[in-house]
Amino acid sequence: MKIPFAVCIGVMVVASLCHAADGDAGKGAQIYQRCLACHSLEHNRSGPRHCGLFGRPAAALPDFTYSQALKSAGLTWDAVTLDRFLENPLKAVPGTKMAYAGVKNAQERADLIAYLKQATHDPAKCPEGSSR
Amino acid sequence: MSSTTPQASTTTAARRSFLSGFGKFTLSATAIALLAGRDRLALIGSAEAKTAGNDVTILNAALAAEQEAIAAYQVGASSGLLQKPVLDLAVQFQGHHKEHATALATTVKKLGGTPVAAKAKYTFPVEKLKTQADVLSFAAELERGAVSAYLGAIPILDDRELAKVAASILGDEAMHWAVLRQALGLPPVPSAFVS
Repeated sequence: MKIPFAVCIGVMVVASLCHAADGDAGKGAQIYQRCLACHSLEHNRSGPRHCGLFGRPAAALPDFTYSQALKSAGLTWDAVTLDRFLENPLKAVPGTKMAYAGVKNAQERADLIAYLKQATHDPAKCPEGSSR
Repeated sequence: MSSTTPQASTTTAARRSFLSGFGKFTLSATAIALLAGRDRLALIGSAEAKTAGNDVTILNAALAAEQEAIAAYQVGASSGLLQKPVLDLAVQFQGHHKEHATALATTVKKLGGTPVAAKAKYTFPVEKLKTQADVLSFAAELERGAVSAYLGAIPILDDRELAKVAASILGDEAMHWAVLRQALGLPPVPSAFVS
């Protein structure tokens, strides 16, 4: 039985996307090092802290000054919204203060999001009080 | 709270120290040429002004990170954990960040923007800094992040001359990172590419 070429390509693309969705938190920890000039897990820096990120509405930390654009974005941070934002922050939320070209590689974004998910649920990295 | 925050007085002292040296500060030839070219900004059209506005946002993000790096090096230098010649190195690197911050703030103004102000207080994980190696690791972490931040800013700067200056700063931060890694006994240049 012959399988059409287009179907093969389609399967490969879907398989690639599915693979990209399985992030490696260990690799994500390395990628997170790129973020450390402006962010940390526990403390606000020139960018907001990441503890408590998942499930938090964008621009919701009371002790950080966000752009009006992010305040108005109506986003809640999860794997999907983070993936879209991290790919190209300025395109996802025009006017954001996160002036960064983005993490263009889908697998790297998946790894980074996997790390963020793991680290922000780790009490050793995000002690009481750092998530609000 | 598990962290210590440098007080505003520390930042103020650092700023005062910086300002006292302002008369001695000189922009690089590249930055001077760049900044001189920006004087025509008031005469340009709205499309170019919008472009300048994008660049202002990017430069202000870099400026905020530079200001934080200055404060972080102040914490390191004041910690009593750094011994000469490492202490001298930290002070020198802090001086570079001050130069970067001044150049960025000046450029933001020339572009018609308002430079972001340094925070009155920064929060660093001081409770985790027990040894010279801890301080160096923290500084290396910041410098490594700064390299990536500039790498992420350069492609989206509309003005290619500004991108050139940002690349110049990136080179300096990468050297800081390498020297700090060397001081920690790590391979100073861990890979052929940075990301």
